[in-house]
Amino acid sequence: MERLRRYGFVAGFLVVPVALYSVFVISPYIQAFQLSLTSWNGYSSVVRYVGLDNFGRLLEDEVFWRALRNHGLLLLVLPIVTIVIALFLSFLLNLGGGTRGAGMKGVWGSTFYRVVYFFPQVLAVAVVGVLFQAVYRPDEDGVLNGVLGRFGVEPVGWLTEPGLALWSIMAVMVWQAVGFYVVLFSAGMAAIPRDYFEAAALDGAGRVRLFFSITLPLLRDTVQVGWIYLGIAAFDGFALILVLAGDKGEPDGATTILPVTIYKTAFAFNKVGYASAMGVALFFLTVTFAVLTLRTTRRERIEL
Amino acid sequence: MAARDIGRPRPSVLSGLSHMALAVWALLIIAPLAWTFLASFKTNTEIFGDPLQLPGALRLDAWGRAWDKAHIGQYMLNTVIVVFFGTAGTMVFGSMAAYVLARYRFIGNKLIYYYFVAGLAFPVFLALGPLFFVVKQVGLLNSHLGLVLVYIAYSLPFTVFFLAAFFRTLPDAVAEAALIDGASHTRTFFQIMVPMAKPGLISITIFNVLGQWNQYLLPLVLLAGDPDKWVLTQGIARISTLAGYEADWPGLFAALSMTILPVMIVYIIFQRQIQSGLGTGALK
Repeated sequence: MERLRRYGFVAGFLVVPVALYSVFVISPYIQAFQLSLTSWNGYSSVVRYVGLDNFGRLLEDEVFWRALRNHGLLLLVLPIVTIVIALFLSFLLNLGGGTRGAGMKGVWGSTFYRVVYFFPQVLAVAVVGVLFQAVYRPDEDGVLNGVLGRFGVEPVGWLTEPGLALWSIMAVMVWQAVGFYVVLFSAGMAAIPRDYFEAAALDGAGRVRLFFSITLPLLRDTVQVGWIYLGIAAFDGFALILVLAGDKGEPDGATTILPVTIYKTAFAFNKVGYASAMGVALFFLTVTFAVLTLRTTRRERIEL
Repeated sequence: MAARDIGRPRPSVLSGLSHMALAVWALLIIAPLAWTFLASFKTNTEIFGDPLQLPGALRLDAWGRAWDKAHIGQYMLNTVIVVFFGTAGTMVFGSMAAYVLARYRFIGNKLIYYYFVAGLAFPVFLALGPLFFVVKQVGLLNSHLGLVLVYIAYSLPFTVFFLAAFFRTLPDAVAEAALIDGASHTRTFFQIMVPMAKPGLISITIFNVLGQWNQYLLPLVLLAGDPDKWVLTQGIARISTLAGYEADWPGLFAALSMTILPVMIVYIIFQRQIQSGLGTGALK
């Protein structure tokens, strides 16, 4: 009897969440894989299977390759720049203060900085996009061009110059992301025993030395997690690019990325099958990236 | 640094430089936000004049225009409704699922747990097209109810993952005592376990509120057909296009400020929980 009641309770608690999750999350994912093998347009009642044709077409699709190239650039630049800035700032926050009684101190006001840095992280990406539209306006009315104009710099087409657009967008991504990694790395640094720093400082190690010989090696795992997160973010960037450059921008495909292309292919060009194939490609790219990163960066853990 | 220097405060050149670097980044964060806020009180000419200039007077008319004419009031109300029910549903169903998965042993327990957690690994884009048709099929396209259910479904993986870990850390004795005293499993959950899990529940609630409040992609796809039902992020993206045609830039910045302020207030109040909640999510 008690057994039955228990099972009834367990089932009762699970049925709604499992049902919602299966219908709206899992079933679309499964359908995406299935649809990637069809030429479905989104409204006809006949779904025609075309095998791997969509994937063959992908390989010859110039837009797809351009999107991949842009992802490659994002994948290279976004994590490196974000992590370097975040490491630098969190090192200053945690150990940049004066040396007192051989103890290493964080700077005064570090809580304030942490709160400010993290704030862009809680802002909607769509809002950030609209905000930076104003910052990046190509004429002298743009905030950035207005400030630069004071120093006699001619207005720059931040989002309209093909060579510049993606970099401008990456700068916004870094702007938004750094705070999160400052918090992440600060937590990692707080876990390193103080005596390590104190012993090294007594032995005459400078701050730079402390950073490269103690902080960085002991922070390896955290940095790796950050790297994977940023790498996955490099495959996304949808809302930002759609708002910043999506409709009007995309100068010469300079900011074309897969998610935006998928969205347009499915909902503007009604090629749902083909868009799903792109989604599947994106899925495998993301997974491959995560696995490769884990493989290549795995090393003996340093036990504290 | 010579050993004898230790024990005395060093002349803080380095500390000063640290502060400089830190302050520069803080300025980079604050400046565009402050500029947006100030621009909402400016006139068009002032906005496109010197960017460092303060508004000539404290004009509030742009806020009124954004609220009424640009429908920010309507979008805000829509967002509040969707986020309220979305978060409430996520918390109720998420904590129920997490609780039984964390504290009851039954066949398929592990399987269901990983079934949920697997959702963390998939990019939303993969599901975008099919999701549209699933929602259309159940007849919930362009409805707030549809969006609420989808929000709940997509918030479940992280919520279950986070709360299951949390429920596992709670002591067994209290729940056992309640059961022996004759409380039902359901009652034990709602009256004993939920109050005990409060800190975890609060963290994840804030996390979900922010995530759903900021959601752009899902409403873009699922509410596209009915502008009256749009949420804030959609409205903002649209206003930015409109503002260009109508040359109502102060209105745009007032709308932006209105969206940013509530988030900022919530963030400042709960910043500790938010930072630790997101941090735990990253270190899974």
